[in-house]
Amino acid sequence: MSIPLSEFDAVGIRPRAADAGPWRAAIRRLRRNRVATIALGVLLVLVLAAVFAPVVAPYAPNAQPDIVGLARVAPSWSHPFGTDVFSRDVLSRVIYGARISLGVATLAILLAMSAGTAWGAVAGYVGGATDAVMMRIIDALLAIPRILILLLVLGLWGNISLPMLVLVLGLTGWFGTSRLVRERVRALSKQDFTLAARAMGARDLRVLWRHVLPNALSPVIVAATLGIGNVIVLEAALSYLGIGVRPPHASWGSIIEDGADQIGSAWWIALFPGLAMLVTVIAFNLLGDALRDALDPRDERRP
Amino acid sequence: MRRLLAARAAQAVVVVAIVATIVFALTHLAPGDPFATAVGTGELHPAQREALRAQYGFDRPIAEQYVMYLRNLARGELGWSFSRSRPVAAALATAVPNTLLLMGTALLLSLALGIAAGLLQAGRRDSAVDRGSSAILLVFYSMPDFWLALMMMLAFAYALPIFPVSGMIDPVMHEYLGTWGRIADRARHLVLPATTLTLLITAAIARHQRAALLDAARADFTRTARAKGLSGRAVLLHHTLRNSIGTTITLVGLMFPALLGGAVLVETVFSWPGMGQLATSAIMTRDYSLVTAAAIIGAVMTVLGNALADVLTAIADPRLRER
Repeated sequence: MSIPLSEFDAVGIRPRAADAGPWRAAIRRLRRNRVATIALGVLLVLVLAAVFAPVVAPYAPNAQPDIVGLARVAPSWSHPFGTDVFSRDVLSRVIYGARISLGVATLAILLAMSAGTAWGAVAGYVGGATDAVMMRIIDALLAIPRILILLLVLGLWGNISLPMLVLVLGLTGWFGTSRLVRERVRALSKQDFTLAARAMGARDLRVLWRHVLPNALSPVIVAATLGIGNVIVLEAALSYLGIGVRPPHASWGSIIEDGADQIGSAWWIALFPGLAMLVTVIAFNLLGDALRDALDPRDERRP
Repeated sequence: MRRLLAARAAQAVVVVAIVATIVFALTHLAPGDPFATAVGTGELHPAQREALRAQYGFDRPIAEQYVMYLRNLARGELGWSFSRSRPVAAALATAVPNTLLLMGTALLLSLALGIAAGLLQAGRRDSAVDRGSSAILLVFYSMPDFWLALMMMLAFAYALPIFPVSGMIDPVMHEYLGTWGRIADRARHLVLPATTLTLLITAAIARHQRAALLDAARADFTRTARAKGLSGRAVLLHHTLRNSIGTTITLVGLMFPALLGGAVLVETVFSWPGMGQLATSAIMTRDYSLVTAAAIIGAVMTVLGNALADVLTAIADPRLRER
């Protein structure tokens, strides 16, 4: 027996979220969220500016046209963000800096999420003593302030290349994620559909890969979106301390470092890269909050 | 409660041992030694360097160095700081209280402000006040710590020269001030770094407190309290707030490593002579014993912070005391 859809229409009920699958329903909820759309738009503009930096930026980022006459020029039409001590255009440096800041953070967060998911999935799925040992290691690692490990590694090794920086940032950022994934995997591997898959003869790896992990991913995606802002700020802080991104590359943090000792006189050098970073991080946080709301099946208030 | 404390103490020892091992491994895997730079700049003859390496045990096998290192740590002997030319313990003794003063001030202010802001927002959910303050808090929550510190310096030390640019005391006048004058001098220097940290931590606490309050507002005990006929205000203050405060304290405990990280940067920007500044300068000068001590103090502070949060949560929630 089938009930025509108009029956539902008559009482104002439409079977929406239920028949679309959780991911599609989440995407629909996200698209209806105006704040999330704006945040996504802002991020898209930033990424495009970074990718097409040579076209967008008015000057070359490292060009030093006139160290005497054009140094530390206040913001004007020809230099909207002013110039720095070496007469370099700050706006162009901020646009090129977006490449480094966004690129390093994105790659580092991808690495961190993969490592955290792998560790958490193994611990949660295997369980028992293996799980206990793996999680105690995480407890200890979480007790060390991340900035201390980063200071140690980057400070002691000296001149570190960009790929190494990504590696170090990624490998110090996965501890929290592994906990999240482990809890989800533990809960999911006790559920009926996992049991069913195993009863039908699927091997552990297949069950984990095809049935458990896809269902454990939503908190990881939220954590990655919220975490990327963190990594951008962390990399900037390290570059500000002079041990992150090194010349000739420049991230937003390195530009702020250039401006830090000029803060009393040439405030624009440190102000603008910081504003760019602030806008980026706010956009990622708004998007992350919206994603969490969209992916949370408990929240039934929204249609 | 006693078992909770014992478990915490055992965990602290394990964590500190792991941290000590990681620091040892990193410092010994890294290229160079504390005397390499001095040789490079010509201040030290290579033969003198060898003599110094032998004197401080850097020429021994790595396993022997590790055992010696652990034994010294267990005895509480932290060694000699090359860069400061004084015992490590003495360097720590001046730096740790300064960090505690800065972080303690910021934490207390942030807890009060953050919980108040959360209450204000959750009490009038979706009102203009809620939306407006949420937006402002999100901005501070997203703000890079060292950049906010620089901007505070720009605004209140340069543009409006109300507060001193950096340091903890006035380098010239402090000697000549009386007791109250000295306290006032320190307070004036504390304002900008403490405000920077307070703004950042308040934003994190308020965001969490609002969510925790709204969660608790949906719970059955809130409905029961309402059904008893209590006013909205009484329910919010005595039932909802009381039940949400535990998660906030736990959050602050979990945030501790990040707070220390923030303190490191804010101290560096304002040249506040605390642990953060000590750690950065120790790493830059390859002062291994000072690096080790700073990392271990950081870990100890983190574990203590977490333990304190656990105990406070247990005090706030009688159910946890039973366990």
